[in-house]
Amino acid sequence: MASETTSRSTRGTGKGTARRGRSSKPQLPDAETLFTYYRDMLMLRRFEEKAGQLYGMGLIGGFCHLYIGQEAVAVGIQHALSDGDTVITGYRDHGHMLATGMDPKRVMAELTGRIDGYSKGKGGSMHMFARDKGFFGGHGIVGAPAPLGTGLAFAHKYREDGGVTICYFGDGAANQGQVYESFNMAALWKLPIVFVIENNRYGMGTSQARASAGQHLYERGQAYGIPGEEVDGMDVLAVRSAADTAVAHARANGPTILEALTYRYRGHSMSDPAKYRTKEEVQEIREQRDPIEQLKKTMVEAELSDEDQLKAVDKEIRGVVNEAASFAQDSPEPDAKELWTDVLIEA
Amino acid sequence: MPIEILMPALSPTMTEGTIARWLKSEGDKVEPGDVIAEIETDKATMEVEAVDEGRLGRILVPGGSENIKVNTPIGLLLGEGEDESALQSAGTGNGQAAPARAEAPKPEPTPPPTPSPAAAPAEPKRDEPAEPEIPAGTEMVKQTVREALRDAMAEELRRDDRVFLMGEEVAEYEGAYKVTQGLLAEFGAKRIIDTPITEYGFAGVGVGAAMAGLRPIVEFMTWNFAMQAIDHIINSAAKTLYMAGGELGSPIVFRGPNGAASRVGAQHSQEYSSWYGHCPGLKVVSPYSAADAKGLLKAAVRDANPVVFLENEMIYGHSFEIPKIDDFVLPIGKAKVVREGTDVTITAFSAMVARALEAADALAEEGIAAEVIDLRTIRPLDTATVVRSVTKTNRLVSVEEGWPRFGMGSELAAVMMEDAFDYLDAPVTRVTGADVPMPYAANLEQLTLPQAKAVVEAAKAVCYRS
Repeated sequence: MASETTSRSTRGTGKGTARRGRSSKPQLPDAETLFTYYRDMLMLRRFEEKAGQLYGMGLIGGFCHLYIGQEAVAVGIQHALSDGDTVITGYRDHGHMLATGMDPKRVMAELTGRIDGYSKGKGGSMHMFARDKGFFGGHGIVGAPAPLGTGLAFAHKYREDGGVTICYFGDGAANQGQVYESFNMAALWKLPIVFVIENNRYGMGTSQARASAGQHLYERGQAYGIPGEEVDGMDVLAVRSAADTAVAHARANGPTILEALTYRYRGHSMSDPAKYRTKEEVQEIREQRDPIEQLKKTMVEAELSDEDQLKAVDKEIRGVVNEAASFAQDSPEPDAKELWTDVLIEA
Repeated sequence: MPIEILMPALSPTMTEGTIARWLKSEGDKVEPGDVIAEIETDKATMEVEAVDEGRLGRILVPGGSENIKVNTPIGLLLGEGEDESALQSAGTGNGQAAPARAEAPKPEPTPPPTPSPAAAPAEPKRDEPAEPEIPAGTEMVKQTVREALRDAMAEELRRDDRVFLMGEEVAEYEGAYKVTQGLLAEFGAKRIIDTPITEYGFAGVGVGAAMAGLRPIVEFMTWNFAMQAIDHIINSAAKTLYMAGGELGSPIVFRGPNGAASRVGAQHSQEYSSWYGHCPGLKVVSPYSAADAKGLLKAAVRDANPVVFLENEMIYGHSFEIPKIDDFVLPIGKAKVVREGTDVTITAFSAMVARALEAADALAEEGIAAEVIDLRTIRPLDTATVVRSVTKTNRLVSVEEGWPRFGMGSELAAVMMEDAFDYLDAPVTRVTGADVPMPYAANLEQLTLPQAKAVVEAAKAVCYRS
């Protein structure tokens, strides 16, 4: 597996331990598990490619932040969760939604602003929710998932239901004040939450180096005694392994931070020409660290899968995604009467 | 059949653009993700990536072409096993749509659907809630507003174990203004929670807990500090139900003292009713009497929506009669005529109701019978009760502690224009706080806050008696 974070060193001891670098365990999971990761990541990739295509056709409007390149994070983490756990994220949220098992047809129909979308077309790309999947949005304000997620974790603890909250935000949000207010309360009250910082190197057009004093975001909880770990977010096996540890810790002891080093191939949103980074940088990561290609290589080399099987699943997923795209175009726009619904719950 | 490459929309506002140049030539092999062309939008030059695999069969719109509408076919991509002969049957680039590949989304050379110009349906009318009858012979007990608020919370905490209270100094200190006295002792640290001084954070934590199905009461030591938290009150609490199409709401109460206290200066003396009253998705309550404080706070805790509950420190210690009823709940959204009269309607809420009543006493001595309405709820505003009164008195004076611009008086003036125009015998008049940040000096503070005398003068003016 190509990974630039194979070295493993430990910083600090006991509470507030921050660790760098975790790569795939030498022991590979079984073929079925690997295939599931592959399928799930490919679903996120193909879905987002289709969303980009529909955006290009003018069928999706407004802001649309694609998850392409970051698939290993949402998929690796989701597989570490149990029934009853909860997930919350920011605006680059389609991947997280699909990973929780939300229906691609209804996610796509929300993107096209139609009645069969998860929010009846009234939320859009950044605002979908599915309580039955433990998915609590989809929030458009940078950093907002941190306290909201801390509130979800508070509810787990209050109810003593054993649940854990996964709270995703990015390297840009990691500089928001409300994130640290949340760290403080989560640690103070020992809430079951994993703060997953998806570090894709750029907050819109500003590189992390230009925005963050101190480059290791997993260390940001040290002052609160929150252990942090850095993981190769392009390696689904490494993410899964780190997530197992983080989730178990959160469930038993309180908050943890997981910084996933990842990369988005597309611009910040559809209208971002991404001139702040070189083509070579993007190309190099696509060629050498792509999460899907890496896993494919691992599976084929270990003879746990073959090209035929992987081609077949690609075809199957394209079918699902195309079906979602058709559904999202055929579904009608919300009735004008929906303008006035869902403002308040009537007693 | 070749796949049509359509002019893409590359920003939320793009309707047409310029093909700066093609980076692939006819005959070139194309992989998904390959940059095939550069397109200038209204904002930037963007690279267009191929979505499908194939060979660029024909360029229909050459580089340098300007004002190409979104969704115009600009090239043809040959799929696996197709050669140039397939191009003959394909679209010619004159906007004629080629049949779509079975699995591709239908290419639509027409622009995407624009919002239908059909008239918006009218806003549904709100049913007027009914005031519960207090049975004759009900015993009345004297209680302060402070005690009434505490009792309301205690009763709801007993009734529903999803209810909890969080805020600064609410537990061990028993409230900065002693509103939460005794709650920690009865309900314990699990449900009465002292927070760090981090309004933005704990407001968000409350909203998250509400989304998860709990019923938080979040106390702000004063509403001034909630400006740090207003993002979560509005963006996270008020808007989520709508953005979620009804899937997820935020049943939460944000409460605390609002408006001026006494000599605490500009940063601690702001009145927020019009800030929150402006926002759909919220209910906003601002009671005056202890009975209303109790009945409405209990209703707020039971409400499935986010409720902003604006109290006033200056009346925490005032005593009122409260009906001794086991479960005294009042409807949100209902104003109350607290003094009947025929000559002029005076509306007020929170501490200003005292000023209005004081003014009504003074007016009575001059032979003017003022009807005083305690609005009680800011949103949804009970305009029907005010309109009914004005149809009788034909005059309206609005009293509020807050700033005049875009305030409650401005709103009521507009409501009168819309719903009571033919009944008005005088212009609607506003009595408000002065349009300045609150001064510290005692005399200047008095000049800033509306006094009964100003209400009397305004009432006499609209009665043409000045």
